[in-house]
Amino acid sequence: MPRTASKTTKKRSKPYTVTSSDTDPVPSASSKTKKSSKENDEKYKLFNKYANTSSGVIDPEGIEKLCSKLKVSHTDIKILMLAWKMKSERQGYFTKAEWRRALKALKVDTTKKLKKALPELEEQVRKPLNFADFYAYAFRYCLTDERQNCIDIETICQLLDMVLGSTFRDQVDHFVDYLKIQNDYKVITMDQWMGFYRFCNEISFPDMTNYSLELAWPLILDNFFEWMREKQA
Amino acid sequence: VQESFGNQSFRMERKTIDLEQGWDYMQTGITKLKRILEGLPEPQFDSEQYMMLYTTIYNMCTQKPPHDYSQQLYDKYREAFEEYINSTVLPALKEKHDEYMLRELVKRWSNHKVMVRWLSRFFYYLDRYFIARRSLPPLNEVGLTCFRDRVYNELHSKVKDAVIALVDKEREGEQIDRALLKNVLDIYVEIGMGQMERYEVDFESFMLLDSASYYSRKASSWIQEDSCPDYMLKSEECLKKERERVAHYLHSSSEPKLVEKVQHELLVVYANQLLEKEHSGCRALLRDDKVDDLSRMYRLYHKIAKGLEPVANIFKQHVTAEGNALVQQAEDTATNQAANTASVQEQVLIRKVIELHDKYMVYVVECFQNHTLFHKALKEAFEIFCNKTVAGSSSAELLATFCDNILKKGGSEKLSDEAIEDTLEKVVKLLAYISDKDLFAEFYRKKLARRLLFDRSANDDHERSILTKLKQQCGGQFTSKMEGMVTDLTLARENQTSFEEYLGNNPAANPGIDLTVTVLTTGFWPSYKSFDINLPSEMVKCVEVFKGFYETKTKHRKLTWIYSLGTCHLNGKFDHKPIELVVSTYQAAVLLLFNTTDKLSYNDILTQLNLSHEDLVRLLHSLSCARYKILVKEPSTKTVSQTDSFEFNAKFTDRMRRIKIPLPPVDERKKVVEDVDKDRRYAIDAAIVRIMKSRKVLGHQQLVSECVEQLSRMFKPDIKAIKKRMEDLITRDYLERDKENANMFRYLA
Repeated sequence: MPRTASKTTKKRSKPYTVTSSDTDPVPSASSKTKKSSKENDEKYKLFNKYANTSSGVIDPEGIEKLCSKLKVSHTDIKILMLAWKMKSERQGYFTKAEWRRALKALKVDTTKKLKKALPELEEQVRKPLNFADFYAYAFRYCLTDERQNCIDIETICQLLDMVLGSTFRDQVDHFVDYLKIQNDYKVITMDQWMGFYRFCNEISFPDMTNYSLELAWPLILDNFFEWMREKQA
Repeated sequence: VQESFGNQSFRMERKTIDLEQGWDYMQTGITKLKRILEGLPEPQFDSEQYMMLYTTIYNMCTQKPPHDYSQQLYDKYREAFEEYINSTVLPALKEKHDEYMLRELVKRWSNHKVMVRWLSRFFYYLDRYFIARRSLPPLNEVGLTCFRDRVYNELHSKVKDAVIALVDKEREGEQIDRALLKNVLDIYVEIGMGQMERYEVDFESFMLLDSASYYSRKASSWIQEDSCPDYMLKSEECLKKERERVAHYLHSSSEPKLVEKVQHELLVVYANQLLEKEHSGCRALLRDDKVDDLSRMYRLYHKIAKGLEPVANIFKQHVTAEGNALVQQAEDTATNQAANTASVQEQVLIRKVIELHDKYMVYVVECFQNHTLFHKALKEAFEIFCNKTVAGSSSAELLATFCDNILKKGGSEKLSDEAIEDTLEKVVKLLAYISDKDLFAEFYRKKLARRLLFDRSANDDHERSILTKLKQQCGGQFTSKMEGMVTDLTLARENQTSFEEYLGNNPAANPGIDLTVTVLTTGFWPSYKSFDINLPSEMVKCVEVFKGFYETKTKHRKLTWIYSLGTCHLNGKFDHKPIELVVSTYQAAVLLLFNTTDKLSYNDILTQLNLSHEDLVRLLHSLSCARYKILVKEPSTKTVSQTDSFEFNAKFTDRMRRIKIPLPPVDERKKVVEDVDKDRRYAIDAAIVRIMKSRKVLGHQQLVSECVEQLSRMFKPDIKAIKKRMEDLITRDYLERDKENANMFRYLA
């Protein structure tokens, strides 16, 4: 008795977004009216330095250029954090508006200033309230398609390493090992992605004494837990 | 004697009676009374004497002050008893012991009551007015209180010891004077003057302690020496005797307390040792079918709080062990023997399980008096081993195969109708223990389809009967499709008649061969794979003709032909003699190719028929490598390979004129399991959505347990499977996790 699909697929809402400005430090003293078009010009000039002239956006090539100027690898988490700050919608591309948004929030208008601002940005993003939002953003950012809602295992492994590698090294290493050898899942959903973050924050590792199969942890984490237990035996 | 004196108006002046004087007179009466009580020769009171005594009191009480001596007489009344007790009664009692003392006590108590009765009659006038005015205890009570305070309080402990000693003596088998004990214990009761306290505190509590230690001693030696049945017999006897004891001389209120003590010492303290006795305990009794002993065990433990639980537990373990042994036996036989005999063993297993159930149900009903604990134990035991797999087949499948064997032709023709009905009834009962009921339904449906379509059903009534029983037990939804299938066949026959009529009226529509078509309603029947086999032209014509007919009946239905279920009768024109071959449609398609060509290679046939390798190998094997070799295979190896070629075997012959060439059925097990798994996924989804739609918000554990409960009628869902479906529903935006509490889910409308 096959079920007829009666539910219309909804455009996924983005419940995790938090406006960057809410988390900014005290807004600048200068009033908006005083904001000169000169400052915006500076930002646009900087934009144009990296943008593709025909498409009008900074494309992957431009981002690479930016990264080398900033002296960070393009797989560095700080770039992803920058993307988050500017609320970039498409992986590998920065639009003019997005660019302006980030630079305005960071109060920078030159590459040099941007480079200096990055560590501070990272510190800010790592604050728990921001990080949860950033973590969810990281997942969405990797979705290449409007209709897509999950990410393949290989990409997830890389993403986990980048996003959680420095704070939860142990958990990430083990989980990535597991993901590579298991066969139940070929892709990871947002629920599973967020579940892992919760796991890292709530469950003591590697003993996992406070983990319970009776709770609503995503099944993939139950399987990970059992796999870990078997290994530890 | 009425005090009419007081009412008559006597003009005579009454002479005042002086206290001393009056009391002296009363003393004469008291002394006379004592003499009577002591058994001395003394005539009884006559009515005049009585009247005088009474009047004396009356006068002394009604004289004008200071000569109204009510208070003094009241005191002297009491003193009369005290004097007698101190001088005579108590010494008499104190010099005696044991049984003699008891007898004396009974006598003295009886005497005392008489004395109280008589004296209170003499002094009755005090009772009428004086005591009420002064709120004093009435004469009767005063009298009894004297005995209580002076005699009873002194002696009750000693008396109690003597009584208990006699009780224990009787327990050891000696005869005692029961009436004496009854009289003694009545004193304890009466002396309480309306309350049972004296009896309970001064006697009963000690008696209970003594009884407990008595039985404790007995139990500790019996438990070592006796077998379980013997111990139980003794216990039963002891309880019976103690009840008799109560009936004969203890107060009835002692019964429950005494019984509880005896039960405790004999049955509760040693319950574990008794039940678990190695060679004669509960397990052994079950093993050896000792029905009487088990009934006794039930009777004894039934009245003890939670007493039956260990017994029911051992019963459950025993039945489980027996069931497991049967399953293991079948499993072992299956691995050791060839495939076809193994399946017979599996059928034997079902019979044995039914027998096991019958046997132990009798135990539950008779030995264990239909007690719910034992019904539950039996059910749980069966649920454990009835869900085990035997040689790769689930119990659901075994049961379905068992039913098929009974219902098909050649299955159980030796059994009477009643025996068959009875077996079907029992099979359905067994289904209650199987958790994968949906799996059974699917296997049953597949086999039913086979029976119906190939006319292998032995008896229509039995077919309908089992469906009725299944419906009763599992609900209408369980059997609706199966019932639909049976109805379809009936309709199909009618349809065939219409078809033949149509053919009669339309000579142009001529299939060319005798054609019978069975139209099935898709939803009711199992799903069948239908291949796009290239039919021989003769059959193509048939299909067209029937389509024409069908369109005259309805234009709204789509016909899908399932050739894999068809049967063909071919005339094989062999050299020796023509033989009719009854084959499947596919086999016919293969054979008919040889009408136009003598020899064909495997690949020729493959291309012409458009079949898969798996199917073609099966078909060709049945026609060239099995019992009847209608085709000659080159090379004549035992299996078909893709390089073989085939030729019509003109030399083939058989003593029969018509032979059926069977096509071994494809293993349906894998498909059935797949179909059921798929249905389960939908069922779980539907259950989750249904629950969440009504509850809106629900915790994880609760959702899971409600889901399990809703689905339990058909199968036992795997918790992981439920979790997986929930995650799928999250991805499809039916559910979401609560923002604050990740263990809580919300329904997304």
